[in-house]
Amino acid sequence: MVPTLMGIILIILGLLHAAPGDPAMQMMGLGGGTGEVSQEGVDIEAKIAKFKRDNALDRNFLVQYLGHLGPFNVKPDGHELFGGDGRNPWGGFLSFSFGSELFNRNKMIGAEIWKRLKSTTLPLAIISIFLTYLLALPIGIYSANRQGTTIDKVTTLGLFILYSIPVFWAALMLKLIFGKTGLSLLPVMNLHSQDSDQLGTMAYFLDTAKHMILPVAVMTYGGLAYLSRQMRTGMIEVIHQDYIRTAKAKGLGSKAIVFKHALRNSVIPVITIFASILPIMIGGSLIIEVVFDLPGTGEYMFKGLMERDYNIIMATMTLSGTMTLVGILLSDIAYALVDPRITYS
Amino acid sequence: MTESTTAPTSTAPLIEVEGLRKYFPIRKGVFSRHVGNVKAVDGLSFTVGRQETLSLVGESGCGKTTAGRTLLRLLEPTAGRASYRAEPDTEAIELFDLSRRQMREYRTDLQIIFQDPYSSLNPRKTAGGIVGEALRVHGLATGQELEDRVAELLVRVGLRADAFNRFPHEFSGGQRQRIGIARALALEPRFIVCDEAVSALDVSIQAQVINLLKDLQEERGLSFLFIAHDLSVVKYLSDRIAVMYLGRIVELATAAELFSNPRHPYTKALLSAVPRPDPKLRQERIPLTGDVPSPMNPPPGCHFAPRCPVAEKRCHEAYPETVKVTATHEAACHLVE
Repeated sequence: MVPTLMGIILIILGLLHAAPGDPAMQMMGLGGGTGEVSQEGVDIEAKIAKFKRDNALDRNFLVQYLGHLGPFNVKPDGHELFGGDGRNPWGGFLSFSFGSELFNRNKMIGAEIWKRLKSTTLPLAIISIFLTYLLALPIGIYSANRQGTTIDKVTTLGLFILYSIPVFWAALMLKLIFGKTGLSLLPVMNLHSQDSDQLGTMAYFLDTAKHMILPVAVMTYGGLAYLSRQMRTGMIEVIHQDYIRTAKAKGLGSKAIVFKHALRNSVIPVITIFASILPIMIGGSLIIEVVFDLPGTGEYMFKGLMERDYNIIMATMTLSGTMTLVGILLSDIAYALVDPRITYS
Repeated sequence: MTESTTAPTSTAPLIEVEGLRKYFPIRKGVFSRHVGNVKAVDGLSFTVGRQETLSLVGESGCGKTTAGRTLLRLLEPTAGRASYRAEPDTEAIELFDLSRRQMREYRTDLQIIFQDPYSSLNPRKTAGGIVGEALRVHGLATGQELEDRVAELLVRVGLRADAFNRFPHEFSGGQRQRIGIARALALEPRFIVCDEAVSALDVSIQAQVINLLKDLQEERGLSFLFIAHDLSVVKYLSDRIAVMYLGRIVELATAAELFSNPRHPYTKALLSAVPRPDPKLRQERIPLTGDVPSPMNPPPGCHFAPRCPVAEKRCHEAYPETVKVTATHEAACHLVE
C-alpha cells in the first residue's frame, strides 16, 4: 500500500507542477500568469523569493516530493539533511503531517480537514451511502425478479435517465426549484441557518436535516441508479444459474431462493463498488459542496485549487488516494467474507 | 363410486404422463413480437412404474432434459397432464394442476439429479448445507438430527462424513455428483429424474455412481426417469427405454426388446453406433447424414424422414401413428407393420 501511495503523491505533484500558475504568483495577485513579474521591480522579486524559500518551493522537484511524502521536513526550519536548522525536522505524509496552509501559516491543514470531515462531509456521505444501498439493493432485486415485465422496463428507463443527468445540472435545477427562486421550500446554502446557534436541540436538528435534503438527494441519485443496475445485472446472472434450479427442485419458496441462494452470490460486484464510493465519502464531493456552499473537504480542495495552495491540494488529494486504497482493501476483506473460495493466507 | 380413468387399480403406475408439451416462444424486435415456437417437447406420453427405471434417450437437443424438467415443473408445461400416485391405492395427483405452493410440498416425493455437478451446486454453501437445506425447509429435521441425517446420507453415497463443512469447490466432479445425489435423496423421494446424472463423469466413476443408483433403487424402492445419451449405460440400468427424436418419442420398449429388435430406423442407427467390445464382430454401421432439423420449424411428415435411410414418399407427407409391435413395444414409423 505504501509504494502505491508514494506513486500517487508523485503523480499528483507532477500534475501540479505541470499545470499553469504557481502559489507565488497567486500570492502576488498575478494569478496563473506566465512569469511577467518585472514591472514592479526588485521588491516583489525579493518577496517572491522569500516566499518560495520559506515553503521550499525553490527546491528541486525531488526534494519537494520528499517534503510532501515525508518523513523529513525540507523547509528552512526542517531537517539538517536538507539544509534546515533542525527546529522542526519531521513533516510530510509519512509522519502524518500535512503542514499548514501556504497563505495562512497558522492554519494547520490536518486539523482543518478533520473539522470539515466531522461537520459536513462525513454526515452527508454516510447518510447518502446508506440511502444508496438501502434503495438500490431492493430496486435491483425487484426488477431482476421481474425481468422483461413492464415494471422492469419502466424502472430501467427511469434509472437510466437518472444516471445520465449530470450532477452539477441536477444540483442547480434543484436549487432553482426548491430555493427562493422557485417553490421556496428548502434552504439551498450551507448546512445550518445563520441563527442556528440560538435554536434548541430539536429545532437545530430539524434545521440541519432540512439543509441536508437537497445535497443528499444530489449525492444519492447517481450512485443509486448505478448500483441498482449493478444489482439487477448481478441478480439476473445468478438466477439463471443451475444451482438456482437446484434450490427450486428442493422445494424452496421463491423468497428463500432469492435471499438465501441468489443474493449472496450477486452482491460481490456491489461490494466492489463500495471501494470506489469510499474516497468520495472522505474526499467529499467537490461539485456538490461548492454548489451548495457546504464547508466540507471537497470545498476545501476547491479552495486549494483556486489559490494554487499546493499544501491543501496535496493533502486532500492524498487523502482521497489513501481512501481509495483503504476501500480496495476493505472490499477485498468483504470478498473473502462472502466467498468461501477466496482465502488470503 | 364408479370407475373412472384415474381410479386406482392394482397396476396403477407411479407416474403417468400424457401429451406433455413444452414450447419456448421466440420473440423478435422492439415489441417482442411472438414469431414462433421452439417445440422442445411435442407431445410425450409415457408411464413410470413402481421401482422401475424408464430411460429417455436421444441426441442432444431432442428435448429429453426439457421433458424431465417440465415433468417436475421446474419449467411450466405448455400442455399435457402428468399424474403422480404415491401408492397404488391412493388417488392420483395432477401435477400440472397444482399451484406453485402446493407443488413445493410434492417436491419431497419427486426429485431430480442434475446433469452438471459443477454448476448445479451453490458455490457459497457447504455440502452439509446443500444436502440439509431441503430437510430444514420442509420441516423434516432440525438441529442435531438434521446433522446426523445429512452425515449419514453423505456416507451412504460414498463421501466421508467430514465433507459436511466443506464447500463444493473442494470436491472432485465425481464427489460433487454424489453430493447432488445425496441432496436428491435427502427428502426420501419416491421418484427421481436422473438428468444425465453420469454424463459428466469419467467412465470409472460412472460405473460407481450407476451402481450406487441401482443399490439405492433396491434399498428404497425408487423409480427413475433416467435421461441419457449413452446407450451402454442405459442398457445396464433400464427396465424400459424410450427413444426421443425432436421432441417426440419414436420408439418405446423394454430394454431387451429394444436392443434385440429395434424397429424404428432412428433406433437402429443409434444402436449401430454403440461400440461393441468384440473385434471379430463385423457390424453394419448406419451413418446418419445431416443435422437434426430445427425444432422451430420441423419438417412436415415424419421428423426423421430427411435423414432416414429407408424413407418413402408417405414418410415425408404425414407423421406416422404409433404402432404396437408387441404389448410392451411400440414405434412411430410408417414402415413398421
